[in-house]
Amino acid sequence: MMDPRGPGWSLAAAARALRDGDTTSQQLTRAALARVQSVDAHVRAFVTVTEEEALAAAAAADARIANEAAGPLTGVPLALKDVITTAGVRTTCGSKMLEHYEPVDDAFVTRKLKEAGAVVVGKTNMDEFAMGSSTEHSAFFPTRNPWNLDCVPGGSSGGSAAAVAAGMVPVSLGSDTGGSIRQPAAFCGVVGMKPTYGRVSRYGLIAFANSLDQIGPFAHSVEDAATLLQAIAGHDPCDSTSAAYPAPDFASEFDRGIEGLRIAAPREFFTDADRMEPEVAEAVEAAIAVLEEQGAVVDRDTSLPLAKAALPVYYIIAPSEASANLARYDGVKYGYAYRGGDSMWDDMEKTRQHGFGDEVKRRILLGTYALSAGYYDAYYLQAQKVRTLIRRELRELFSRYQLIVAPTAPTVAFRIGAVSDPYEMYLNDIFTLPASIAGLPAISQPCGFGRDGLPVGLQFVADSWDEVTLFRGAAAYERATDWHTRPPAL
Amino acid sequence: MDLTSAEVRHIALLARIGMTDEEVARFQSELSSVLGHIRVLQEIETTDVPPTANGADLLNVTAPDQPTPSYSRDAVLRNAPAVEEGLFRIRAVLE
Repeated sequence: MMDPRGPGWSLAAAARALRDGDTTSQQLTRAALARVQSVDAHVRAFVTVTEEEALAAAAAADARIANEAAGPLTGVPLALKDVITTAGVRTTCGSKMLEHYEPVDDAFVTRKLKEAGAVVVGKTNMDEFAMGSSTEHSAFFPTRNPWNLDCVPGGSSGGSAAAVAAGMVPVSLGSDTGGSIRQPAAFCGVVGMKPTYGRVSRYGLIAFANSLDQIGPFAHSVEDAATLLQAIAGHDPCDSTSAAYPAPDFASEFDRGIEGLRIAAPREFFTDADRMEPEVAEAVEAAIAVLEEQGAVVDRDTSLPLAKAALPVYYIIAPSEASANLARYDGVKYGYAYRGGDSMWDDMEKTRQHGFGDEVKRRILLGTYALSAGYYDAYYLQAQKVRTLIRRELRELFSRYQLIVAPTAPTVAFRIGAVSDPYEMYLNDIFTLPASIAGLPAISQPCGFGRDGLPVGLQFVADSWDEVTLFRGAAAYERATDWHTRPPAL
Repeated sequence: MDLTSAEVRHIALLARIGMTDEEVARFQSELSSVLGHIRVLQEIETTDVPPTANGADLLNVTAPDQPTPSYSRDAVLRNAPAVEEGLFRIRAVLE
């Protein structure tokens, strides 16, 4: 029987124990549910725990394992960010607007995981509509960092990151629009990965910003992240932006090492970075030294002059897309509905006034402004043009290097309530946004500890569709270090 | 250039978000601050640069024009705040 507390509670270990007959899915699922029962009163990673459905899925998985029809995820308990739809199980998006919403259909990724025999134990907390970097913007409650319960887990996928870090589930799924997988992975000391835009279908991922949103895995190891991504990647005709070609074997270069790998460390993420905590810079510098010991050629004399423009580009494009997407919450078809106003319009305005939280309103208003008559050219169109320039810069860099290395976030986790200014909160994403704007795959993995013993994240970015090299670099670093094996004392 | 309270009310109307006077004042201040930070974009030279709408480099994705089963009416109406005779019930638009 595995001990569901730390990285020993991995997807690979669970799959091995199931295959070897050392445990059953029902035992693993009960262990996960027991761990949720014992620690989630403090961490609050879950919005909904689906015990009944999970135990039924576990029994089915055990039958499948007995019939020797199991895959790498069959019988493994996992969690889904509550922005990913689950048929008949409420999907709240962390919002009062969808508090009681039960989707008609499973998301593409939910369906793929169910077909693979995975056991969904629940839905995890998040910043409302995935807008935020701390999970404090959940309409229900903040999630806490398993390393220090007074700190945030990052966001917006804070619940999924914390559930893995606290050993409740071996793996989980989140979504990343501007850093919402990578930054909470860094804050919680786990692996978090954003695939290339289009690698994973967004069907059933409740839309925040369509041109940026991408689903990806949280795990205790790079290998587990690759295994989970393998199960959800691939073409889906229901998402016209999903890539029409098949996914490669993401683990194919795990053992290759990084001898001779060309890695850029652009100075905008290091010496020219504002507000970086010295402990974060030190941990990432030490990680680069490890990469060099492994034979990688790291070039510090490179530059992405427009890296800093990614933040303003993002805070025009993402809110603009959000303002259009969230127009659907009108109190007519589903979701929270205010009734009793003076008129149909008054009902609609009060539905949105009371159904959305402040951060969601800020972004809708910002996007509405950027798209409105007289401002469209100066804001939205200009942001799209600078997006082109950022992509060109990155494409040029990837003609000379195979990976970019950078910190995931400029700081370690901050205390709950410590960041109240909206723009200060946005600065959390300063290092994750360039990859988001360009649609590139990126990963965050533990690389040490900073202020107050809180985890620091190391980020790699690869060229479009080159997750194989991304995982190659991350696997080599992970094998040379043991940061990922240290669980929080929870 | 800060947003005026009239501009905030105008945007809120476009977005159909109801707002108290206190909220108008707060959003006016917060949005002006954020806009102040993101205005730096306007200093970047973009003459003759085409816009990028998404990161996937996809053009003209089409699907076969074949009808497929849709969700049942009951399923679609299940989450509706108010239903009448198989329809979404709302307040009269013209009263």
